[in-house]
Amino acid sequence: MNASGYEPNMVLANKEYNVVGTRPVRHDGVDKVTGRALYGADIQLAGLLQGAVLRSPHAHARIKSVDVSAAAKANGVMAVVTATNFGPSGDKIVDVGEGPTPLAYVRGNVLAKDKVLYRGHPVAAVAAASLHLAQEALKLIKVDYEPLPATLTAPDAMRQDAPVLHDDLRTQELGEATDRGGNLAAHFRHEKGDVEKGFSDADVIVESELDTSTVHQGYIEPQTATALWNNDGRVQVWCSTQGAFPTRDTTSKVLGVPVSQVKVTPMEIGGGFGGKIPVYLEPVAALLSKKSGRPVKIVMSRQDVFEATGPTPGSHIKVKIGAKNDGTLVAAKADLAFEAGAYPGAMVAPAAMCVFAAYDIDNVVIDGYDVVVNKPSTAAYRAPGATNAAFATETVVDELAGKLGMDPIDLRLKNAAKEGTRRADGPKFRRIGCVEVLEAMQNHPHYEAPLEGPNRGRGVAIGFWFNVGLESSASISVNSDGTVNLVEGSTDIGGTRTSIAMQAAEVLGLKAEQVQPTVADTDSVGYTDVTGGSRTTFCTGYAAHNAAHDVLRQMKERAALLWETEPDKVTFEDGTFASDNGKRRSIGFRRLASKLGETGGPIVGRATVKPRGVGGSFAGNIVDVEVDPETGKTTILRFTAFQDAGKAIHPSYVEGQMQGGSVQGIGWALNEEYFMSPEGEMKNSTLLDYRMPTALDLPMIDTCIIEVANPGHPFGVRGVGEANIVPPPAAVANAIHAAAGVRMKRLPMSPPSVMEAIWAK
Amino acid sequence: MHRKTIVQTTINGEAVEFLCEPRQSLLECLRDILDMTGSKEGCNDGNCGACTVMLDDRIVPACLVLGVEVDGKSVVTIEGIASGGELHPIQQCFLEDASLQCGVCTPGFIVAAKALLDRDPDPSEPEIRLWLANNLCRCTGYDKIIRGVQDAAAQMRQARDADLEETKS
Amino acid sequence: MHWVDYERPTSVQDAAALLGKHGDSARCLAGGTDLLVQMRAGRVPATTIIDVKEIPELNQLSYSDAGGLTIGAAVPCYRIYRDLTAMKRYPGVNDVVSLIGGTQIQGRATLGGNLCNAAPSGDAIPMMIAHGVTAKIADADGVSERPVEEICIAPGKTVLEPGELLVSLHFPTPPSHFGARYLRFIPRNEMDIAVAGAGVAVTLDGDTFATARIALASVAPTPLFVKEAGDALAGLPVNDESIQKASELAKAAAKPIDDMRGTARYRSHLCEVLTRRALNDAVRRARGEEVE
Repeated sequence: MNASGYEPNMVLANKEYNVVGTRPVRHDGVDKVTGRALYGADIQLAGLLQGAVLRSPHAHARIKSVDVSAAAKANGVMAVVTATNFGPSGDKIVDVGEGPTPLAYVRGNVLAKDKVLYRGHPVAAVAAASLHLAQEALKLIKVDYEPLPATLTAPDAMRQDAPVLHDDLRTQELGEATDRGGNLAAHFRHEKGDVEKGFSDADVIVESELDTSTVHQGYIEPQTATALWNNDGRVQVWCSTQGAFPTRDTTSKVLGVPVSQVKVTPMEIGGGFGGKIPVYLEPVAALLSKKSGRPVKIVMSRQDVFEATGPTPGSHIKVKIGAKNDGTLVAAKADLAFEAGAYPGAMVAPAAMCVFAAYDIDNVVIDGYDVVVNKPSTAAYRAPGATNAAFATETVVDELAGKLGMDPIDLRLKNAAKEGTRRADGPKFRRIGCVEVLEAMQNHPHYEAPLEGPNRGRGVAIGFWFNVGLESSASISVNSDGTVNLVEGSTDIGGTRTSIAMQAAEVLGLKAEQVQPTVADTDSVGYTDVTGGSRTTFCTGYAAHNAAHDVLRQMKERAALLWETEPDKVTFEDGTFASDNGKRRSIGFRRLASKLGETGGPIVGRATVKPRGVGGSFAGNIVDVEVDPETGKTTILRFTAFQDAGKAIHPSYVEGQMQGGSVQGIGWALNEEYFMSPEGEMKNSTLLDYRMPTALDLPMIDTCIIEVANPGHPFGVRGVGEANIVPPPAAVANAIHAAAGVRMKRLPMSPPSVMEAIWAK
Repeated sequence: MHRKTIVQTTINGEAVEFLCEPRQSLLECLRDILDMTGSKEGCNDGNCGACTVMLDDRIVPACLVLGVEVDGKSVVTIEGIASGGELHPIQQCFLEDASLQCGVCTPGFIVAAKALLDRDPDPSEPEIRLWLANNLCRCTGYDKIIRGVQDAAAQMRQARDADLEETKS
Repeated sequence: MHWVDYERPTSVQDAAALLGKHGDSARCLAGGTDLLVQMRAGRVPATTIIDVKEIPELNQLSYSDAGGLTIGAAVPCYRIYRDLTAMKRYPGVNDVVSLIGGTQIQGRATLGGNLCNAAPSGDAIPMMIAHGVTAKIADADGVSERPVEEICIAPGKTVLEPGELLVSLHFPTPPSHFGARYLRFIPRNEMDIAVAGAGVAVTLDGDTFATARIALASVAPTPLFVKEAGDALAGLPVNDESIQKASELAKAAAKPIDDMRGTARYRSHLCEVLTRRALNDAVRRARGEEVE
């Protein structure tokens, strides 16, 4: 679709739409406010057994033997499985969505074979008549471990004498395989211009070395999977997943069965944020089902969720930025060392893409390090890596603004990335809204509002997320009463079935309620990628839009038939088909829909998309805090979130994404972290001591949606799910500096840390 | 030989009888024995509020109540909040105000909010936040939840005032 | 969880008999907010749960000017803060019952349970020590009373012997010009375990401290009654200097450790801050002011 009629870098008013931009009640709402909606753990099946997983108490150990004989004979136990039930992996390489990886690694994280690499690593599983019986049976499994020393941070793991997790791991150095062993899985670099020269030209240089702790996505619903390995060899899975198709693909590879043998039904999902993309329980439940001949349900405990799913990497980051006295940024350098957890694949590449993305700087070098450590294997957490990177960049920029005597937003505006700016990792920006977001921040009443009182301060920050497109499918059937059924494959975590339906409704001239969306299983809809990457409203919405156009094309053929004219003489506008071939004829959508039987039969529109025109999203925060100088406790007084949504299909749910990501960012900033003992045990694996913000910890989160239309989408959509979590920790850090005069170098900025910083001042 | 216990209780106004083991929590009994899966398990240790139910006159975490304890008592769950075919104002306002995203915390919030508004028809924002501090939400940042509760409170006050007017006249 | 048997005695004698019979393999269940969590984590091997909530003496909640405030061991927090008499006469009690956990936890948690759980961080305990509360304990032979500061002897351990049951907690009638306050430090605003806590109570004689009691949470293996800090205030004028002196004494008595909730240095520091702030609030209450 084209994007005519606007000037570069101006906020677009955008067309007024009938449905897009309104706030209908979501289609699945009634079920969710009455408790009827079925989430993964809610499923009931005849003969269902309950599974439980035995997990390693050691952060690093060799498994010498596993004896399940006593457990297998225990009261009520119907099956016990270990990694031996997988069969040999050999050297097989698979792609489960994040590039080529050894099958042994993927299987290893589901059930450990020769070694355990983190406390919580699954070792065996049982299925029994009740969960209590299954848990009691786990106690009877005897595992002989040989504990090994553990390494827990990236700098430690990269030392020469560090314990090695994978004997077969070889470092990828600047894109080339090497034969160097150790814990550094990969080192890559992006370069642009001449960074040495840039720094030598700078008038002011600020550098900073920072650490961020491991944090968890914190979804309220633990992972769960139910599987039935049926007598015909088909494996049926019901689970909490962000993508039924990727789960199907991974599960089939782990089990070693053809993809066509696996059917995944995504249940309603209680939060994901990236953490429910990896597969943990599905193959285990399937193996237990195969052995017992019954369906098996496994639900993770909260402790399992913390210890054995994929938190986001802790990181060690160095950022150095140089500027001229007039505020021009002339050079930037970043070193990003990320903890991957037990298996390679830390989200350090996206961090490198985003670390300086908001700025047009001629001379940049970014080094990224993907390091394995004895912690659970990390997964994506909402704009993975970018929050860590922004904590570094945005606090350095804040410090530069101070040294230069410049307003922090003016400094950012002066260097803001625009259409045509080239990032250090290669791509050139298409139409983006960095300037518009910054201007909206500067013009917002919050920015100039007086902030009175001691120990109070204001901070700002911006962040970027590139968003992805990937693949989606949709089909639309026309009902005889003029409504339509929309079938799509994107699990609905935040209201997307409605934002997708609204796009179809807009095309078809219908109301949102007249499009009935269904999130379907892998047998019933075409391939669709994960609900993640801020792609769902963008990409599956695009598929629904195209499927709706396919419906219109076919409807026009039917009208043409009725009017004995050509389809290309039929127009559609405001819900009405019309033709003027001498005589003006018209028929409304509903009436025509009632005539499908007599004009040729049912109409099903379909589309599959893999759009190229993905639009990245910029987000910004203004935050006011008060710091208690006697306790180091930070209170958020006022928070405003800004984000470029391209086009907010359903503004309430766009606001919701902005508010949710902001609050996750606030938790990350202030109190969330994995407290690890030196032996690699997480000491705070409960929702009591892993401190996510409660309603009492926050003010209202004000939002400002900016719309700089993305030319790559029919309605201008940019995904909004992720960029909002990128700036908050930096914004809060900058506010703490304004309030208490301390520059925090570590996340979280918990009360004891801030107190230590105040004492050290 | 371990025997189960018979529990006779009232759930959402109906007499209910079930068999359970003493070690089973009320949450387990609701979900696994009575097929009432509206109350959710988020943590099993009282910290997330997703299993909130009313036990007699007070909201409690169903995960920290044993099923055998509710013999002779009265329980209200999310399944009992709507009245026949009509949603409670809190449920309706949650829909209109987009107070839910993934929805898994929503039953707990609705039961908790109803308990608040039944006692205090006009709570301030800090009072609402304090009351709901035992309910965790990871998706919304709480903003729209608080607004949903405020709007429901206003609606309920209006309806009550209208009823009073009617009674007077 | 392993199998458990469930008993629900309706009298103190029956409960004491069950406790005597099962010894260490039985535990009392009031709100379950500590017990059930610990049992599920495998930290308490008890196989018999004795639900004490049907015993009338453990459900008492009564106040008289002569007799003071009696709170049965099984009375949940929410009943206490709904009792307007108790709240008005004992705002220090209100401080605690409205901050343990959150609303739903307060629907179950009890002061008796908080005491018997004997955590170093138990918020109710310094508050009760400051109020001079006595614990009524029953066994098969009769009842006895002990000051609350003698109950906790180690983390998770009380003086209660097998066969003994905590029946109720007795708060003396507050004398005139009495004020008490419990303050704790937590990283969030609700739900957390105290990093440090200070429970204080003062009685004023004009502009002088007549008596004072100060106790601390989370800075020693058990909640810490810092007798010398309270005694030091007796006879001193009510001013910042006196309060600072007492706060420093409280800080000096604290023996905090480093753990994931705070460092020893940080906790020591908080002792002084919280004691000082709590004393200031207690003084205001003693003078008739309402302090939130």
